[in-house]
Amino acid sequence: MGGYQARRAQPGTRTLRVDPIQCTGHGVCAELLPELIATDEWGYPVIDPRPVPPALEAEARKTVAACPALALRLVRE
Amino acid sequence: MAPGYLRAGPTGPRLLPPAAEDLRAHLARHGPVPYRGGAGLLIPDVRAAGLTGRGGAGFPAHRKLAIVAAARGRKVVVGNGAESEPASRKDAVLLRDAPHLVLDGLQLAAEATGAAAAVLYLHRGGHAAVLRAVAERQAAGVDRLPVTIAEAPPRFLAGQETALVSRVGGGPALPRFGLPRVSERGVAGAPTCVHNVETLAHLALIARHGPRWFRAAGTAAEPGTMLTTTYEAAADGKPRCLVAEAPIGTPLADLLPGLPGAQALLVGGFHGTWLPARTAATLTLDNQALGRHGAALGAGVLAALPAGRCGLAEAARVTRYLAAESAGQCGPCLNGLPRIAAAMAELAGPRPRRTTREDAERWAGLVTGRGACHHPDGTARFVRSALAAFAPELSRHAGGQCSAPGSRPFLPLPDGMPAAEDDWM
Repeated sequence: MGGYQARRAQPGTRTLRVDPIQCTGHGVCAELLPELIATDEWGYPVIDPRPVPPALEAEARKTVAACPALALRLVRE
Repeated sequence: MAPGYLRAGPTGPRLLPPAAEDLRAHLARHGPVPYRGGAGLLIPDVRAAGLTGRGGAGFPAHRKLAIVAAARGRKVVVGNGAESEPASRKDAVLLRDAPHLVLDGLQLAAEATGAAAAVLYLHRGGHAAVLRAVAERQAAGVDRLPVTIAEAPPRFLAGQETALVSRVGGGPALPRFGLPRVSERGVAGAPTCVHNVETLAHLALIARHGPRWFRAAGTAAEPGTMLTTTYEAAADGKPRCLVAEAPIGTPLADLLPGLPGAQALLVGGFHGTWLPARTAATLTLDNQALGRHGAALGAGVLAALPAGRCGLAEAARVTRYLAAESAGQCGPCLNGLPRIAAAMAELAGPRPRRTTREDAERWAGLVTGRGACHHPDGTARFVRSALAAFAPELSRHAGGQCSAPGSRPFLPLPDGMPAAEDDWM
């Protein structure tokens, strides 16, 4: 568990992922986090594949929680 | 169309017998199943042999075996014979002529992983030989595990590994997204080892003859022989389909004698890559050589489009098929593929709008990497490579010309399009 805690504290090691089957293209995520999420011409999210910058991690968490389809995840690389 | 045979290569055929083999002929040629006597014991040999999966992805075959062997609880092995690529015939020919080699491999994979169930996943109908072989083995008491048959629907994505796991578990043959891998959580939650039927046949020979024998054919990086399905124009201009076993590394021009005079070569099937024939004629049958040109062997489909056909018309037909074969689960694929297909249809006609090629390229980029499975990625690769390989034809169409107006279709597609959304069972 110590290793888990240590890794969790490290900034910049998480990325946003969308489950494309769950995603229904509400577009809430792109509204809340335009720094990392755009939408394509059909309204589905295009996500910045790079690790979430530490300054945006709290926002990223809120965005994940706001997804109406529960399709957005913050995953450890 | 009944595939013909070509058995090429200095080491001779390994998988394909001169004529279809029943159990007696199989035992005479290969002897009994060389069980190793315990889980895990065959895996070092498979690793040393360098066997890679022959279903398309080409991953090292020993890895899946090792992951499932290390897992606990009830485990399952599945032989994937649901060759869903319309242009591929090699698994059908293998299952028809050497079904016992595949079934030996399935038993050996089950032993190696410690699996409690062995399944063969096949398309409905047309597999009388393999069903006969299963019955023969049951009667002769050859198999340690009974083999059950699971049926795949006639869909392009039915053979995709996660779709297979869903179907074998009683659900629809639809791909799923992300983790866990099927080797951790597959059929009904059990760790599942899925191997293509050709991979299993090679495994059955490695168990008999060892890794050094296996490496006597092929290249150092990609050992062994592989089955290919080739298409060339016959003298009457119609496509001629051959299933050939060839050592990996064989010059493509040896497999396709007409290649230098052809227009372009489709490598790897409908998720594959078009190469100009001039380029392809200098290359060999291996991913190292093909990878330098952005192509990969996939499941071994090689289709040489002859001169006097419109490559854009061919590409447009296939793209329309691929769009119709989207499972429709993911937004980018559901929305993007029909638009790409419509753009390709326009480009295949006279005087397309100036923006249409750009649209097709942009949409191809936009759908890539955004599906639960690789269907959008494969479709995008096919489309982009077609636009590059058939650039001269694009220029002709822009001027209202076509090098082969109304030419007969060359690449094989199923008759009619999938009827309904509910035929995934």
